Amino acid sequence: MSTSLLKLRVNGHAHTVAAPDNALLLDVLREQLDLSGTKQGCDGGECGACTVLVDGAPRLACITLAASVQERAIETIEGLTQGGRMGRLQQAFHENLGTQCGFCTPGMVMASEALLRREPHPDEAQIREALAGNLCRCTGYVKIIESVKAAAGYTP
Amino acid sequence: MTHDRSLRRPPAPATHSIGQRTPLVDGIEKVTGRAKYTADLPLGRTLVGLIGRSMVAHGLIRSINTARARAIPGVLAVITSEDFSAPYGVIPIAQNEWPLARDKVRYRGEPLFAVAAVDEATARAALAAVAVDIDALAPLFTSADARAEGAPLLHENKPGNLERTVEQDFGDVQAGFDAADLVLKRSYECAEVAHGQMELNATVAQWEPERERLTVHSVTQVPYYLHLMLAQTLGLDSAQIRVVKPFVGGGFGHRVEPLNFEMVTAALARAAGGTVKLELSREEVFLTHRGRPSTVSRIRIGLKRSGEITALDAEVVQRGGAYAGYGLVTILYAGALLHALYRVGAVRYRGYRVYTNLPPCGAMRGHGAVNVRFAVESLLDEMAQQLGIDPFALRRANLIEAPYRTLNDLQVNSYGLPQCLDAVEQASGWHTRRGKLGPGRGLGMACSHYVSGSAKPVHWSGEPHAVVNLRLDFDGAITILTGASDIGQGSNTLLTQVVAEVLLLPMARIRVIATDSALTPKDNGSYSSRVSFMVGNAALRAAQALREHLVEAAATQLKVSADRIEWAGESCGVAGSDQRLDFAQCVQAALAVDGPLTVKGSWSTPLETQGGKFRGAAVGSSAGFSYAAQVVEVEVDEDTGTVRVQQVWVAHDCGRALNPMAVEGQVQGAVWMGMGQALQEETRYHEGLPVCCNLIDYRIPTIAESPPIHVTLVESMDPLGPFGAKEGSEGGLHGFPPALINAIADALGLRMDTLPVTPDRVFDALQVRRRERRLLAQRAARQEVTTP
Repeated sequence: MSTSLLKLRVNGHAHTVAAPDNALLLDVLREQLDLSGTKQGCDGGECGACTVLVDGAPRLACITLAASVQERAIETIEGLTQGGRMGRLQQAFHENLGTQCGFCTPGMVMASEALLRREPHPDEAQIREALAGNLCRCTGYVKIIESVKAAAGYTP
Repeated sequence: MTHDRSLRRPPAPATHSIGQRTPLVDGIEKVTGRAKYTADLPLGRTLVGLIGRSMVAHGLIRSINTARARAIPGVLAVITSEDFSAPYGVIPIAQNEWPLARDKVRYRGEPLFAVAAVDEATARAALAAVAVDIDALAPLFTSADARAEGAPLLHENKPGNLERTVEQDFGDVQAGFDAADLVLKRSYECAEVAHGQMELNATVAQWEPERERLTVHSVTQVPYYLHLMLAQTLGLDSAQIRVVKPFVGGGFGHRVEPLNFEMVTAALARAAGGTVKLELSREEVFLTHRGRPSTVSRIRIGLKRSGEITALDAEVVQRGGAYAGYGLVTILYAGALLHALYRVGAVRYRGYRVYTNLPPCGAMRGHGAVNVRFAVESLLDEMAQQLGIDPFALRRANLIEAPYRTLNDLQVNSYGLPQCLDAVEQASGWHTRRGKLGPGRGLGMACSHYVSGSAKPVHWSGEPHAVVNLRLDFDGAITILTGASDIGQGSNTLLTQVVAEVLLLPMARIRVIATDSALTPKDNGSYSSRVSFMVGNAALRAAQALREHLVEAAATQLKVSADRIEWAGESCGVAGSDQRLDFAQCVQAALAVDGPLTVKGSWSTPLETQGGKFRGAAVGSSAGFSYAAQVVEVEVDEDTGTVRVQQVWVAHDCGRALNPMAVEGQVQGAVWMGMGQALQEETRYHEGLPVCCNLIDYRIPTIAESPPIHVTLVESMDPLGPFGAKEGSEGGLHGFPPALINAIADALGLRMDTLPVTPDRVFDALQVRRRERRLLAQRAARQEVTTP
C-alpha cells in the first residue's frame, strides 16, 4: 500500500497529510488531525456516529476513503462552534437534553445540520427521515426530535 | 476570588436547583465533540492490542503455541491465561472465568490469547501466527440440552449445568389457588437481547516498569470492581493500580462487571512494558455480551372474581451462557420482584440458571425482572378479560399501602402506583378510545417497578454504601469528588444539583471530579439504579456538613451563636440585623480556622430495608422502589404482521423529580429500550456462532419507527430518598413488552406469548388462527349437514 500526500479542507482549514491510499476519512480526522469528536460506533456504515458533512451533505466517515474527498469542503462537529459560540443545533441539543451519553451526538448533530441547511423548517416526518441512519441507544429519540425542532425555531 | 469591594456585585439571592429542568453539567462537552471517551484519550503513541478468539464452542485446550508470533518484528507481547494469577467474576462466590480461557473453551469467540504490537497490521499478523490446538467436546446450546441427563458439564462443580437453582415459597400457595375463582397457567418466551450501547469497548492500560505501577482508563460502569479484579487477576497489590473512567458512551449493564478485555489490556501492557490501547469491534462487543438471557417463564395465577391475586406461581429458566457473571443475581431478581408491585396472597418461585456454550449473559437494564414481569402482566390481562374486569380495575384491586412489608421481606416505603394508573388512564383516553380505534388498532396497559439501588452491595465489606467528598479552597469553588460513574444518565449533574440545593448556591460555583481512584472516594458503581438514591444521599450529607462548617465560621466572625445565622447561599447574615457576610468572606473565615476544607458525606441503607434472612434474600431488597404504569397504542398490519407502536403514555413514580427533564429522558429511554426488546431485537446463533453481531442485523429501533412517549412524573416523596427521590432509569422498561402484547390482543384478539413480536411471528400466529377458524367453520358446516 503506497502513501500519498492528501490535501484536505476541514472546517475551513487546509491540511496536507501523508496517508496510505486505503486510509479512511474517519481515521485521518481522528488520528492525524486530532478531531476526535467524530466517533466510531460500529464496524462500518451501521450506526451513523461518524457522520460528517462533505460539501454540505451527510457522509459516513468510516466508509469514506480520505483520498476521495480531497479539495472538498469537509465539516466535523468541531467546526460548528465558531468564535466560542455553539451552533444552533449544539445549543438546542444541550438545552433540550438531546444528548445523554453523547456518543451518537456528533453524528446526530451533523446529520441534523445538513437537514436544516436544506430545509430550514422541517416537519417531524422530515426530521425522522433525515436521522433514520443515526442510531441512539439512550433517548428513544424523543428529545432529539425536540432538539432539532427547537433549533429550527419551533416553540414547544 | 476577588476581595476588592469596589468590584464586588451585590450577592445573588439564594438559588434553588432541585426540581429545575437543568441541562447536563457536561452537556457542552458532548455537543461540541470535546468530550473525551476512552478511545479519544490523548495519551501519546500506544501499542495496538488485539484478542485471538476461539473458533470452537466447547473444547479442551491442548496447546497454544505463540513462538512464531513472538518472533515477528514489532510484536511486543503475546499472552495467554498463563499471564494471569487468578480467575475473576463480579460475584465473590461465583468467580469461574479467566480473562483468557484456561484449559477449556466454553463459547465460540471466547478470548484465548492476545497480542500487542507497534501497529494494527503487525498485531493482525501476530494473531494469525498463533497456533491453537483444541479437542472439541459436544456443545450445549439450549437450556434443555444442557439440563438433559448425561449432558457433559461446562463446569465440573455444577451438576446438571445449573449455576443456581432457586426455590422460594411464601405464604400458603395451595390455599391461595383453592380460594381463587379463576386459575390460569401460561408459558412465555423471551429471546436473548443485548445492550447495544453506542460506544465500542476500549481500554488503555499504561504500565510503568520502573515503578511497577498500572494506570487503566476504561469504558466501565464499575471502576472500583474493575480495580479489584485487575489486582486479583494480575496478582498486583491494589495500591499499584489506578483506574480512571473517562466519558462513557452508555452502558445499560454491559459494563457493570469487570470485562475480559479490560484485564487483557492491562496484562498486555505489563508484558510489553508500555502503553497498550485495545479497541473492540462491534462484533466483539456482541461476543463480550452480558445481555439479558433467553428466558422461559411458566406462570400460574389465581384470581378472585374481584381481581384480587390469591396466588402466583412462577417457574423461570434462563439460558445463562458459559460463565457465572451476574447470573445468580439475575435468577434471584426474577423471583424477588414477583413481590412489591402488588399485594399478592402467596408466591411460589422456582428459578433455574443454566450454563450453555454461548457468550455469557449478565445484567441488563431492568436486571432480572423484565421477562418475568412480561409474563405476569400478560397473563393478568388475559385473566381480566376472562373475568370481565377492566385491566386498570384489576390492578387497583391489588394495590399496596405504604409502608408495607412484602411476603419476602422487602420494605415498601412509598408507593405512587395509584397515581401512575390514574395518570395514564386519563392521558391515553383509555375508557373513551379503547375498542373504538378501528380494525388492527388497540390499546394495552401494564405496570412495573424496580429497586433504587441494591440494598446490599456485591462486595459486602461493612463500609457505607456511598461516600462523597466536597472540597472548598481559597478560590471559593466547590469541588465534588465522587466515584460515581456518569455513563450518560447524568449522575454528575444530579450530584451538582443536590449539593447546590443544600448550599443554596448557583450550580456554576460547583465542579465535579469523578471516577479516578487516585482522587475520588470509592464507589460501588452505576448499577441497580443506586446512584440517585445512595450517592445522592451521600452528596446531600456532605453538603450539609460543608454548610455547617461555613455557618460556624460566619457565626464566629460575626460574634453570634450559629443558630442565629441565616444562610442564603451567596451571602449569610444575622437574623434580625443588617450584619452580613458574602460568600467570599464566609469562605475566608472558614479557611482561617484550619485551611482548605474537605468534608465527607456518607450513606448506608437502613437495616430494615436490607431484606430477610433466607438464602438469596439480599437480591431485590432496596431502600426505595419506583413504580410505573403505561399504555401502548398499536396498529397491526394483518397482511404482513408488522406491528407499529403509535404512542406510549407512561407515568413513573420517581419519588421526587430532582431534574424533571433528566428523569423524562431516562423514562423515555427505558420505555423505548423495552420497545426494542418487544418488537424486534434478538441475538441469534448458528451452532454457537452469533449471526446478528452488527447494528444492521441486530435491530435497534431507528428514529423512523420510534413513537412519541408521553411522560407523567409522579412524586410520592420517598421518606429515605434524597429530597424524596427514587430511581428513574429502569422501572419504565419492564412494563412496555406486556403493554404491547396486551395492545396487540386488544387489536387482533390474539395473545402473543413470545418476544420479540417480529412480523414473521405475528404473521404465523395470524395464519394459525385463520386455519383454526377455517377448520371450525368446516366442522360447523359438517355438523349442520349431519344434524337433522
